[in-house]
Amino acid sequence: MLRLGCGAGFSSDRLEPAIELAEKGALDYLVFETIGERTLAFGHRDRQLDPKRGYNPQLAARMRGTLAACKRNGTRIVTNMGVANVAAAAEVIIDVARAQGLSGVTVAAIEGDDVSDLIGPDTVLFDNHDKTVAEVGRPVVGANVYLGIDAIIPGLETGADVVITGRVADPSMFLSPLVHHYGWKRDDWQKLGQGTLVGHLMECGMQITGGYFADPGRKDVPRLAVCGYPIAEVDEHGNCVITKLADAGGMVTPRTVKEQLLYEVHDPAAYLTPDVTADFSRATVQETGRDRVSVANGTGHKRPDKLKVTVGFDGGFFGEAGVSYAGPNATARAALARDILRERLARRPGFEALRIDLIGINSLHATAYGPRAESTDVRVHAAMRSANRDDVATLLWEVESLLCCGPAAGGGYRGQITPSVITHSALIDRDAVRPSVKVLRA
Amino acid sequence: MSRRIKLHEIAHARAGDKGNTSNVSVWVFDPGDYPLVKEQLTAERIKAAYPDLIRGAIKRYTLDHLHGLNFVMQDALEGGVNTSLGLDSHGKSWSFLVLDLDVEVPDNRAG
Repeated sequence: MLRLGCGAGFSSDRLEPAIELAEKGALDYLVFETIGERTLAFGHRDRQLDPKRGYNPQLAARMRGTLAACKRNGTRIVTNMGVANVAAAAEVIIDVARAQGLSGVTVAAIEGDDVSDLIGPDTVLFDNHDKTVAEVGRPVVGANVYLGIDAIIPGLETGADVVITGRVADPSMFLSPLVHHYGWKRDDWQKLGQGTLVGHLMECGMQITGGYFADPGRKDVPRLAVCGYPIAEVDEHGNCVITKLADAGGMVTPRTVKEQLLYEVHDPAAYLTPDVTADFSRATVQETGRDRVSVANGTGHKRPDKLKVTVGFDGGFFGEAGVSYAGPNATARAALARDILRERLARRPGFEALRIDLIGINSLHATAYGPRAESTDVRVHAAMRSANRDDVATLLWEVESLLCCGPAAGGGYRGQITPSVITHSALIDRDAVRPSVKVLRA
Repeated sequence: MSRRIKLHEIAHARAGDKGNTSNVSVWVFDPGDYPLVKEQLTAERIKAAYPDLIRGAIKRYTLDHLHGLNFVMQDALEGGVNTSLGLDSHGKSWSFLVLDLDVEVPDNRAG
């Protein structure tokens, strides 16, 4: 039985439950998954600002918290915290190991996901109505292909304590130890499909142990404030039990597992990864004990010939600003403030895409609902994106000016401007991608 | 005779995003409710309820043995997480838009 733990399911995921897993999970592997479409864009933005950055901002903290325990317990770490700068991230891990007196720790750095050289003006963006890169009309800031087990397993084969990558398919970080340990064949699509199902369930961390789930009175989760990360016990066939540490908060039930089964899945019979076309459509989910759910009968078919690439473009600057109204007639005063902003900015070029929401009325689903009810606590929230930073600054100024020039009793102005990266997706030939592995020693 | 209730009373749901595509999976609490939810909660129904938010096609997949439906909604995230100007640029809350829809249940339904 191989025991896999997940110590992060997204960039800003919690640290202390990962420390608990490293110390008490009796794990063979601890996986930290931290890249999303949003955080990969942030990685490119950070690296543009400072060539020594671009990896996960919590990398050093996570390593300081778990590396010694993992080394002591024979647990190997697999992580994509390299994000947009794997080489710099590997150095950070070595530095942490040295600072903690862990001499001899080895780190395998997997590169080759940066495929900027393979993306040109004529590259077609399949998620953008098949427009080309040139038609987007913005500079490309990075292009990363989703690597899979073929890139990660060579890192495991070096015997390294830590394998660090940039963009890889999330389930591949869990599938790689399974293939490496059990010697599954690279064309055993059934096992690769079931192993990908295990990885898919695990890769979002607490989303299977009670996070992103609680709905008070209807779906209550015990001790959510101290929720634990998941553990998968996986046998040689890929059948698994999803569980957690007994004293951790949260829960593992068929309901938490089923919600995660289709998270970010389109056709359940064709979940595409670099490793396999996984088929979850006949997967079975069965409670076998308290906080123990067995998952089996995932399968798969031949892997895709093409690999997906996320192409990042300079998105200019994103700006948002807000001001609040409360008490009697707050909704009308907020609506007046919104109308004033529209009137003053609508005629100016560059403000065509301005979006204004009323928080407290319809901020999340503005285009889905009309205002449903009066509220006595309403915040006007304005947002825009522009290549011209001065235009974004003008938006912030206009919102702030409402304090003295707008409706009665507006307060609580906040505004911020951040650099922005937008992303689209392309496909490239698998054969054009050349992953590499480099080992560093503390 | 029948009565109308919110889907939220008999089902739970989760939203995910890839690019400008949102998917919402819907699961009934009681397997006995699955046939009526499957019959009433069609792709067309969701498209009609939120035409301005979900601008593209909706395709529904069914997992009968687990009593779940999966709605894959194209052009549903105002460009996607890195492009949208909305506060919820992932569309995390889209699951509760679906749970806000009404379903007809028999008057004699237990519970």
